[in-house]
Amino acid sequence: MIPSATLFGLAGAALVGIGLYGFLAHAHLLRRLLSFNVLGSGVFLMFGAAAWRSPILGADAVPHALIITGIVVKLAGSALAIALLVQLARATRRAALPEDEGRPP
Amino acid sequence: MTTLLLSLPVALPLLAALLAVAAARQAAGLAMATGFLVLGLSVWLAFEVAALGPITIALGGWEAPLGIVLRADGLGAGFLVVSAMVMAVVLVAAQPSFEDQGQESRAGFAFWPLALLLFAGLNTAFLSRDLFNLFVALELLTLSAIALVAIGGKADAVTAALRYMVFALLGSVLFLLGAALAYAAHATLDIGLLSQVEPGWPMAAALALMTMGLAIKTALFPFHAWLPPAHAGAPAPASAMLSALVPKASFVILLRLWFDLAPELASPLLLAVLGGLGAVAVIHGSLLAIGQDRLKLIIAYSTVAQLGYLFLVFPLAGGAGAAQPWSAGAWTAASFHAFAHMLAKASMFLAAGLFLRAVGHDRLEGLRGLARAMPIACFAFGLSAISLMGLPLSGGFTAKYLLLTSAFASGQWGWGLVLVAGGLLAAIYLFRPLNLMFSKEGAAASLTPVPRWEQVLPLLLALAAVLLGLFSAGPFAFLQIGRPGAAAEGLLP
Repeated sequence: MIPSATLFGLAGAALVGIGLYGFLAHAHLLRRLLSFNVLGSGVFLMFGAAAWRSPILGADAVPHALIITGIVVKLAGSALAIALLVQLARATRRAALPEDEGRPP
Repeated sequence: MTTLLLSLPVALPLLAALLAVAAARQAAGLAMATGFLVLGLSVWLAFEVAALGPITIALGGWEAPLGIVLRADGLGAGFLVVSAMVMAVVLVAAQPSFEDQGQESRAGFAFWPLALLLFAGLNTAFLSRDLFNLFVALELLTLSAIALVAIGGKADAVTAALRYMVFALLGSVLFLLGAALAYAAHATLDIGLLSQVEPGWPMAAALALMTMGLAIKTALFPFHAWLPPAHAGAPAPASAMLSALVPKASFVILLRLWFDLAPELASPLLLAVLGGLGAVAVIHGSLLAIGQDRLKLIIAYSTVAQLGYLFLVFPLAGGAGAAQPWSAGAWTAASFHAFAHMLAKASMFLAAGLFLRAVGHDRLEGLRGLARAMPIACFAFGLSAISLMGLPLSGGFTAKYLLLTSAFASGQWGWGLVLVAGGLLAAIYLFRPLNLMFSKEGAAASLTPVPRWEQVLPLLLALAAVLLGLFSAGPFAFLQIGRPGAAAEGLLP
């Protein structure tokens, strides 16, 4: 049987892969931002899984504190990105970068 | 006392940023005062470092691995002083552009807190020794930089900011993933402690991810596409900060990773790849700069090229080369180049902002005969150009001379060719604006007058860039303080 920490780590790695694919493949900036959030959640999940030490020691608390800080940072970044995106859509009626026009959304 | 000297450059700008939001009317004065206060503290700290050697403090008495350690060595303190110098002058120069707009306009309100947050992120990146703390510093720096790009609110600027955002998000998540891997393998994030462990493949993977993230943030070729439109699209004082200061933070972290954390992992191939990408950036950025028709875009593409030189330090002083006699020269040259670029590029963008205000647009044609109307600003632009081209007696010259010496001493003369070619190309792309500025004929009729004191500010920075070349022995010795793996005797300039 696979230990649960390994399972969480693998799930995190899968999320990183899915998120990275979406981030690079899409043109629509909202999709890219959502993909980035999936990618970031994958990183946090992996980080949390890495905190597991042993049944006796339990989990290391430092990564948990770091993950919370990381979530706050990611939230701030996403908020700024959304604000810029709304501004772009208002000004140009577009939601993709000019060089990505014509790519599938 | 040293605790305060190290923590205030981080804490003061953060505090001032909060106050600048609360007391928007006093924001401009507050920002200027903070700039000069931090400059004074940084100079003081530099003298302490010169007298005592590297200074390390554990914040709140919590030692690593649990606490976060700040450390000022020659490199960190040097970058701290020069960036505070640039910041103080730029904040003064920003008064007329942003104060007149009043608190009602978004740009007039938001500029000061954003500039102060950027300042705090920058200082944290120079002094911090903890990978996660460095991540937070980089995020603070990048998010304020992106907001500064978009501050004008025009569609072009917002597009440039979003492109910057796409690159920056990817860079930061790669860096964080690397830091998480390092922690998973060695249960610490402190660079000092990590450098003592035997690095295995998890550390190699972590370093690869972090290096990729930092290369994106430093706009190393081929990740440079975001930089020129972002730096050229921002208001001039913001461009000066973005181009002169922001990429240096991620570069300093790269130096710490490959010279301090795990120099034994730096294989010759990796060093050659980093140096090679830098060399391509020098040539590619310069060629693109030659093709531009707008002054701010020329200056921004020049940043792509100038950042490329910094990466030559990896093949010349990295890995096994760190113990060689020429490595001290290459190590100092990279920092010198960064300093000279910080001063000269900030001066150029400030001057370009004044030209833009006087002429009304920044197409090259508008510069014709401008030297008669604005002699001081044009002189500042010329002096900065001398340093960027690497002509003798300027800071840029000393940096290139040191790089050339170490390239020949180490037998890697190919990098020397890049230096010479880059200098020639810089002369070509800077000749066009200079030639127009100092041309005899031209209509200087319908210019908006620019006060003389505003023209003096870029001149101060340009003079500092030149003085760095004239008095280079002191900074040379200073930068060796706390240099990881330093050889006993280095090549002297």
